[in-house]
Amino acid sequence: MANFWSALPGAVSQGLIWGIMAIGVYITYKLLDIADLTVDGSFATGGAVCVVMVTAGYSVWVAMLCAALAGLLTGLATGFFHTKCGIPAILSGILTQLGLWSVNLAIMDMKANIALNVNNYKLLVSLRYLQDVQKGTRPFIQHPIFVVGVATVLTIAVLYWFFGTELGCSIRATGANAHMARAQGINTNFNKVLGLAISNGLVALSAAMLSQYNGYADINMGRGAIVIGLAAIIIGEGLFSKIFHNFALKLLAVSLGAIVYYLVIQFVISTLKINTNYMKLISALIVALFLAVPYWRETASRRKPKEARHA
Amino acid sequence: MLKIENVWKTFNPGTVNEKVALQCLSLTMNEGDFVTVIGGNGAGKSTMLNAIAGVFPVDSGKITIGGVDVTNLPEYKRAKYIGRVFQDPMMGTAATMQIEENLALAARRGQSRTLVPGITKADRENYREQLKILDLGLENRLTAKVGLLSGGQRQALTLLMATLQQPKLLLLDEHTAALDPKTAAKVLSATQRIVEKSHLTTLMITHNMRDAINYGNRLIMMCEGHILVDVAGEEKKKLTVEHLLDLFSEASGSDEVSDKMVLS
Repeated sequence: MANFWSALPGAVSQGLIWGIMAIGVYITYKLLDIADLTVDGSFATGGAVCVVMVTAGYSVWVAMLCAALAGLLTGLATGFFHTKCGIPAILSGILTQLGLWSVNLAIMDMKANIALNVNNYKLLVSLRYLQDVQKGTRPFIQHPIFVVGVATVLTIAVLYWFFGTELGCSIRATGANAHMARAQGINTNFNKVLGLAISNGLVALSAAMLSQYNGYADINMGRGAIVIGLAAIIIGEGLFSKIFHNFALKLLAVSLGAIVYYLVIQFVISTLKINTNYMKLISALIVALFLAVPYWRETASRRKPKEARHA
Repeated sequence: MLKIENVWKTFNPGTVNEKVALQCLSLTMNEGDFVTVIGGNGAGKSTMLNAIAGVFPVDSGKITIGGVDVTNLPEYKRAKYIGRVFQDPMMGTAATMQIEENLALAARRGQSRTLVPGITKADRENYREQLKILDLGLENRLTAKVGLLSGGQRQALTLLMATLQQPKLLLLDEHTAALDPKTAAKVLSATQRIVEKSHLTTLMITHNMRDAINYGNRLIMMCEGHILVDVAGEEKKKLTVEHLLDLFSEASGSDEVSDKMVLS
């Protein structure tokens, strides 16, 4: 248990960072009704671009902006496959994700892993800063929880504004009822591409922060990201859907969901001493279970009245 | 206002499911015309409406709305000229969005959508006034999710959405068929009110012969992808259901009326 408490700030920090990615996934999965598998690739893209640029001497802000733009482009690629080539959304995402493997390696100069030494560069978030704050050698405003917390609030604020505009509303309508959207003069294809681009931009931005926090970018860092995103969305909904109705609060619930996910993971690792190799299997099973529950509930409720009639 | 010239459409060409849905279809509607459309299943009524709306491209022919050739325009661009209500009440509205959000989407049909707020205070007042026309009490439920409404309420809302931004052409695809008779009558009378108030050029498909006779100033009957009977003006006013059936057998040269048409 002592392990768990000491790892708590780190788990919350990581959860917050992944939360921004999960908010990106929320845009495609919940608003556009697309399961976008680009995420696993674009996450690594974001980390790779950020680390390569920072180590090349660019400021961390420029690096993060470029990472987000690179993510945006990956979303455009998936959108192109889906809307211009008529490939189903899931398959489009898989194709982009596969292609990005090579692109990400190329960005990282054909290396599978690039280190980012916190001693040599001025970063925005880092595990080291967290430790420094705890030792008292750094002010609290450099604590990752504070920095990423502010970033999360800003992200939610911007998205809340955007999805309330005419354009943002039309994106929501595209996901809610594409038929109706087209009848109301909405270019649903354009909106899908736009939504995919914004989503993957956020995913890459989150990865840019995670790579700084961890001190490296890795070709595999995005593996399973979509599942973590879905887990965060599902956990957030499960815990807060009864009290959070406003759109901004729903996005906050996603971020909180990611934090809870990381706390659970941390608890499992440090307290139950489960080999971390099994984490992906456990994550997959947990998400599958949460996705299955609403379906089971529905089939059960459909069966009930019939039985009642027979009785 | 609407001109359809020699339009052909074949679904699944070259397969066993090949179906010639529109055969050299031509129709001209003047401004302010309220045309009712009847015909059996598979006569091409819905296909005609979908061809006008641009749901799919036609094989050949030309469609113009208010003088603009829309034959090659995608669906979302034609929406600028067209208001639509579908048979399925679920189709015309976004269930997970609020009533006012649905109306706001419809209010900007045919305009570019920018980064200004989707709904302003003035919009809200306007929507409230417009919803009063429907007489369903929806004006007090602006922020309710549309998914909570009944089928009839959703159809009425879709109707309002289709006409909020005055369309050059209003397409109604059996928009009361999925409703119970009482609700259907309500939605139909709301349709009549809205069409008359704004002098909308309207094309309404119906399965109900009486409705087809009672509403509009012109009636067309379709069979096998083209127009078989076209009655307007004084002649239409004198129509009866029996007379209509006679006209159909005369024009189609057969007695298969009972097979081809679902009567009510």
